[in-house]
Amino acid sequence: MPDPSEPRSTRRGVALVALTVLLALGAAACSTELPQNSLNPAGPEARKIDDLWWLVFWIAVVIFVLVESALIYAAFRFRRRRNSDDRVRQVHGNTRLEVLWTIIPVVILAIIAVPTLSTIFDLRREPGPEENALEINVIGHQWWWEFEYPEYGIETANELHIPEDRTVYLSLTSADVIHSFWVPQLNGKRDAVPGRVNHLTIIADEPGTYLGQCAEFCGLAHADMRHRVYAHTADDFDAWVAEQQEPAFEPQEGLAGQGWQIFEIVCTACHNVRGTSAQVTRTMTADDGGVTRGFAVSLAPDLTHFGSRTTFGGASFENTADHLRAWLANPADLKPMTPELNDPAEGRILGMPNFGLEADEIDALISLLETWQ
Amino acid sequence: MATLTAGTPALTEGPVRRGLWAWITTTDHKRIGILYGITAIFFFVVGGVEALLIRLQLATPNGEVLSADAYNQMFTMHATTMVFLVVMPLAAAFANYFLPLQLGARDVAFPRLNSLSYWIFFFGGMFLTVSFFVGGAPDGGWFGYAPLSTQVDEVVRMDYWALGLQILGVASIASSVNFITTVLTMRAPGMTLMRMPVFSWMTLVVAFLLLFSLPMVAVGLFQVFFDRNLGTLFFDAAGGGDPVLWQHLFWLFGHPEVYVLILPAMGIVSEVLPTFSRKPLFGRTFVIFSGIAIGFMGFGVWAHHMFTTGLGPVAEAAFALTTMFIAVPTGVKIFNWLGTIWGGSVRFNSSMLFALGFIALFVVGGLSGVTHSIVPADSQQHDSYYVVAHFHYVLFGGAIFGIFSGIYYWFPKVTGRLLGEVLGKWNFWLMFIGMNLTFAPMHMLGLNGMPRRTYRYGEGLGFDLWNLVATVGSLILAFGVLLFLVNAFRSYRRGAEAGPDPWDGRTLEWTTSSPPPEHNFDRVPTVEAEDDFWHRKYAEDAEGRAVPRTDVVEVADGPEEDIHLPSPSFYPVLSAFGMFVTLMGLVYVPWGIVASAAGIVITLWGLFGWSMEPLVKEGH
Repeated sequence: MPDPSEPRSTRRGVALVALTVLLALGAAACSTELPQNSLNPAGPEARKIDDLWWLVFWIAVVIFVLVESALIYAAFRFRRRRNSDDRVRQVHGNTRLEVLWTIIPVVILAIIAVPTLSTIFDLRREPGPEENALEINVIGHQWWWEFEYPEYGIETANELHIPEDRTVYLSLTSADVIHSFWVPQLNGKRDAVPGRVNHLTIIADEPGTYLGQCAEFCGLAHADMRHRVYAHTADDFDAWVAEQQEPAFEPQEGLAGQGWQIFEIVCTACHNVRGTSAQVTRTMTADDGGVTRGFAVSLAPDLTHFGSRTTFGGASFENTADHLRAWLANPADLKPMTPELNDPAEGRILGMPNFGLEADEIDALISLLETWQ
Repeated sequence: MATLTAGTPALTEGPVRRGLWAWITTTDHKRIGILYGITAIFFFVVGGVEALLIRLQLATPNGEVLSADAYNQMFTMHATTMVFLVVMPLAAAFANYFLPLQLGARDVAFPRLNSLSYWIFFFGGMFLTVSFFVGGAPDGGWFGYAPLSTQVDEVVRMDYWALGLQILGVASIASSVNFITTVLTMRAPGMTLMRMPVFSWMTLVVAFLLLFSLPMVAVGLFQVFFDRNLGTLFFDAAGGGDPVLWQHLFWLFGHPEVYVLILPAMGIVSEVLPTFSRKPLFGRTFVIFSGIAIGFMGFGVWAHHMFTTGLGPVAEAAFALTTMFIAVPTGVKIFNWLGTIWGGSVRFNSSMLFALGFIALFVVGGLSGVTHSIVPADSQQHDSYYVVAHFHYVLFGGAIFGIFSGIYYWFPKVTGRLLGEVLGKWNFWLMFIGMNLTFAPMHMLGLNGMPRRTYRYGEGLGFDLWNLVATVGSLILAFGVLLFLVNAFRSYRRGAEAGPDPWDGRTLEWTTSSPPPEHNFDRVPTVEAEDDFWHRKYAEDAEGRAVPRTDVVEVADGPEEDIHLPSPSFYPVLSAFGMFVTLMGLVYVPWGIVASAAGIVITLWGLFGWSMEPLVKEGH
């Protein structure tokens, strides 16, 4: 069926596609900062992945260009001509050609397979004792992360602090559903699965802030389950550890003292604050390659040094008085949660309830939280 | 009826059954095919609206079109709808309508079972849709990872999902058995398996894939339902269960399912390209065997969906290799399609454009698929928008473009009228451009670190631009689909008359009138070659070029008598309705048990009546 409108509409299509590509390239060229970019590795593990990716990418680009050009060429070269008698040679196949184009992909894939397999084993290797790896337990919760440093006896939430240039070996597990820990600039993602321990090695070349977020759909506020990694120089890291090792205290006076009185009644059912009477954990086990490991996990983020954190609520909100005020007035306004389904006895917490706090109570609590630097 | 010879009393048509009742009780494979098609197009619009809401929500950072809760329902139902209520039934629509016609059969092997399959699918779709109006649709992802899917027992949403998928699986298993039996027992004389059209071949492969993969997910879905409602602990780590077990069961089904979605489209393209290039399919045997190879290998790659789960490096390496390997038969098909066009006389009508678009887009999806087999790279891409980009190139650029090619190709056979070409080309280009604008940027979003299934993203992450481009693209895409609906509606009313063979076709469905009579063929054809109909029309000259035959080919077609057609039956729809009632009751256990009991009685009544139904020989 020859169609007179065909050449024009084709040309229009081609022009549109070309315009789109140009626009896209232009836009990409002036693109802004990408703090979660997997193509901008900031450590050796992520760089191994990146190297492998570019190798495969360029091979794919070559194949893409060849196949698409062949398709476009064939379609136009062999388009039906006006007044064609359509007496086309009836070619049924060509065994030699077909065997050839079966073998070529096999060869290309074999070439890709070699570095792929070696990188798989490389990235999964357990650090040896000579690396003096920093071991950290990472426990996923709906919808926040708990980071335990057994070496130092400290714990943080959502913000992971690490020393630069030192191997950090994470043990990941979950207190409820499956989560996935992902800091694209430092390594690929790894799932935190209840009942199992998975491992991930991250190393940061330089001090800096590296953003990430949970990558396995974990329910209502999955999008607001973020985390960030702060990499410090060795000295700064030691100072940070020393600071975190200081216990908090129960203020008795002033606004913070009033805050503590409220905190003691309302918040201690779920939150831990080291050095105070707020102590609530539950135990949990997980299988680490055949070895059962016990974990003492929190029900809600540890607040011992809350004032020193830059974010809260799954690293989704800047730690400012305004945000805290909104949060304490009704947490689910800021971040979708279903605290009505909480069952602390079963260890199930699906968000912070609205305690119906008055404005002055909220101010007192904020003052308390700022005290715990 | 063009092919009816006057004065042969055996062939006088009985009264054509009309009206709603005739459609509800029909056992005619062509009508069931049309029912499948129209229902699936309806759900295509529903799933498309869900997709647009998702895109509108993500157009800007911190979007406020949807709440987190609504968003989670939308992406869960968008995937569930598109997979189970659109692409699978659209393929089933073509298979129902054209498998018997391509094989030279008068119907499928089990016409009433065919009707049951459709009605179970229909009620399964309704069942999932009902959930929107009674407290919210499923919101745990179409993949329903435990223990999230088994976690919140106060809400019944994921019960709708577990039971809905279960019942849709029953429909698919029934139709698989039906298609397999049809292919193996009802081919016309001379139609050897290797002479069978490639679309029929792919339908056969898909039927086997479904038959072997669905039981695995059926077990898993029962376990999810039991964990939720009966206190079992299959997937509860604290109780000694294993959440990863679900992932294995789901993807053991889920990956073959991917090929269930794409192979019918590959079959369609393998019909369309030869027809509009006026050449036989290049390396036909290779294409068929690579389809079979994909079917077998599809069962050996499931764990590439689980490269971040923590399977250990040995398993990851093994599945990396199998995943790379499955790219080979897929690549072979693409080269063979190129070989088919090469040296042909290519007609650029809408059907052909969609087939060429299929190849162009599927290449992108295929290549990005290979990057998933690079396990370390996949640990970055997994569950990011890069994966969303990948499978939309395969399932939208692939499956949907292939299906659209099939719609433009076969619409004239079904309705007797051609689909409009002007709107058809607008339809194609808008969908092609819209599709690329929507999904190409998602590669960048994923690599830049945007995870999927997130209802919002903050400012300063660099996700703004590409999300906006994708949303604009999705609107263009939607407009293209809208033009298709307009085109189909107009062409159905006033399209150009097609005649029995508008494309100079190659396979048996083009030998009969458009639309075909209820009994398909007056005489059962006798097949003597691949592309038998083409060889009845064309011979090859000394240089192997096609020349119209001047002689009349003597074909020993079957005798003109004894046409046996299945009687309409009310029992399949009754049985399916009983299953629907049973499921509705199960969602609301324990008190719903009463409804379930009633549903079981209705189902048994239907099955009993069915088995007692007298086989009326129609007076044709």
